[in-house]
Amino acid sequence: MSRWLALAHRLSGLALALFLPVHFWVLGRALELDAFLAWTEQPLVKFAEWGLVVLLALHLAGGLRVLMLEFLPWRDWAKGLAAGVAGFALAAGLAFALAL
Amino acid sequence: MSATLNVSVWRGGADGAYRDYEVPRHESQTVLDVVTHIQRALDPTLAYRYACRVGMCGSCAMTVNGAPRWTCRTHVDKVYKNRKLEIAPLRNLPVIRDLVADMREFFDKWARARGQFRGARTKADDFARVAPGSEARKLVDAAIECIGCGVCYSACDVVAAIPEYLGPAALNRAWTLAKDERDTLGVDRLRAVAGDAGCHACHTHMSCTERCPKGLSPTAGISGLKRAVAGAALRGEL
Amino acid sequence: MNPRGETYLWIAQRASAAVLGLCVLVHLATIIYAVQGGLTGAEILARTRGNAGWLAFYAIFVAAVAVHAPIGLRSVLAEWLGWRGRGRDAALVAFALILAGLGMRAVLGVYA
Repeated sequence: MSRWLALAHRLSGLALALFLPVHFWVLGRALELDAFLAWTEQPLVKFAEWGLVVLLALHLAGGLRVLMLEFLPWRDWAKGLAAGVAGFALAAGLAFALAL
Repeated sequence: MSATLNVSVWRGGADGAYRDYEVPRHESQTVLDVVTHIQRALDPTLAYRYACRVGMCGSCAMTVNGAPRWTCRTHVDKVYKNRKLEIAPLRNLPVIRDLVADMREFFDKWARARGQFRGARTKADDFARVAPGSEARKLVDAAIECIGCGVCYSACDVVAAIPEYLGPAALNRAWTLAKDERDTLGVDRLRAVAGDAGCHACHTHMSCTERCPKGLSPTAGISGLKRAVAGAALRGEL
Repeated sequence: MNPRGETYLWIAQRASAAVLGLCVLVHLATIIYAVQGGLTGAEILARTRGNAGWLAFYAIFVAAVAVHAPIGLRSVLAEWLGWRGRGRDAALVAFALILAGLGMRAVLGVYA
């Protein structure tokens, strides 16, 4: 279970690392922001945005899992961590979907 | 319960293949019993390793239906899924022949992790007294019962990806010595287990902890080493 | 890189992770709040322009990302592509500089 979460953590991190330069580049051209935001109104782009929010939440929760395992004294609760990670990512994705 | 088991056993070296056997099924039969039956009744050329048969010596670990296990304490009932029992040598180690893996690299890494105890007392001194309730002693107690079977090493994804990674067993050993108040190696050992080939390569997949037949948590010990090494680095001692 | 250097990288990775943990929570909350009723450039800029608090927040956010992401990629490159050594580390330093440069330009872009 933990290794699949670690894989999800890695893949989401990779995706975010690729996305970030694009994200920064667009924001750096603040004057053209509205043209870009119009482009993001397409359903497919909206769906990709939702995916990014889930990836960010997943990577955050996966990272908290690692930090807790590495820095807190642990025993049995380590097994429950996995469910917490998945739950948090789901909740963030849901909140974003409802807010759209 | 059917009368026979369908068993596939790895035969040959790295370029070998599985061979199928039919083995009579018994109550309370272990995987090691199955392998022993094949060697004694069906094919005396089968090579495998065991000694104590009771979960103490750590020599009979194999890959059973894809997962590393100690075969002498693994009941067939527990692993005989879909009427198939597939037995192979441990992963992440070279195959010598059939079910025998070459353990040299595994134990060489214990030495590389400075897994030897080094004390300051001689036989002329009195016994060292370690308070059983002390925090360090409790941490050592939780990790000390390793039998060196190699199951964790075989289960570890990081070992598979980085061949020079010391692995869970060697790092767990280093941890028990790092927390041993009689041991004098100190920062030399921390240096030996630091960095990309040492404790900091661990991604806490916890496969070692899930698989350890003795119920140990190498992940916890490795996390302790990560913090201890980082502390030494920040104090400029590393 | 030697074990001491690799240990410092691990420390930097975890320390930046702790900072990012807080930043990402704030960022996620801001996203979910801001997308309600649709995003406009004017709305974003109204929030960020001339606001020193957001400037400091995003500057820290970008700096932490520029430290965190390349160190994470470092083990991915080693484990999945077998790419190690100086060439990889030089490429990752370049990636860190690109992230920091583009990121700070973006932060200043929505501030000024």
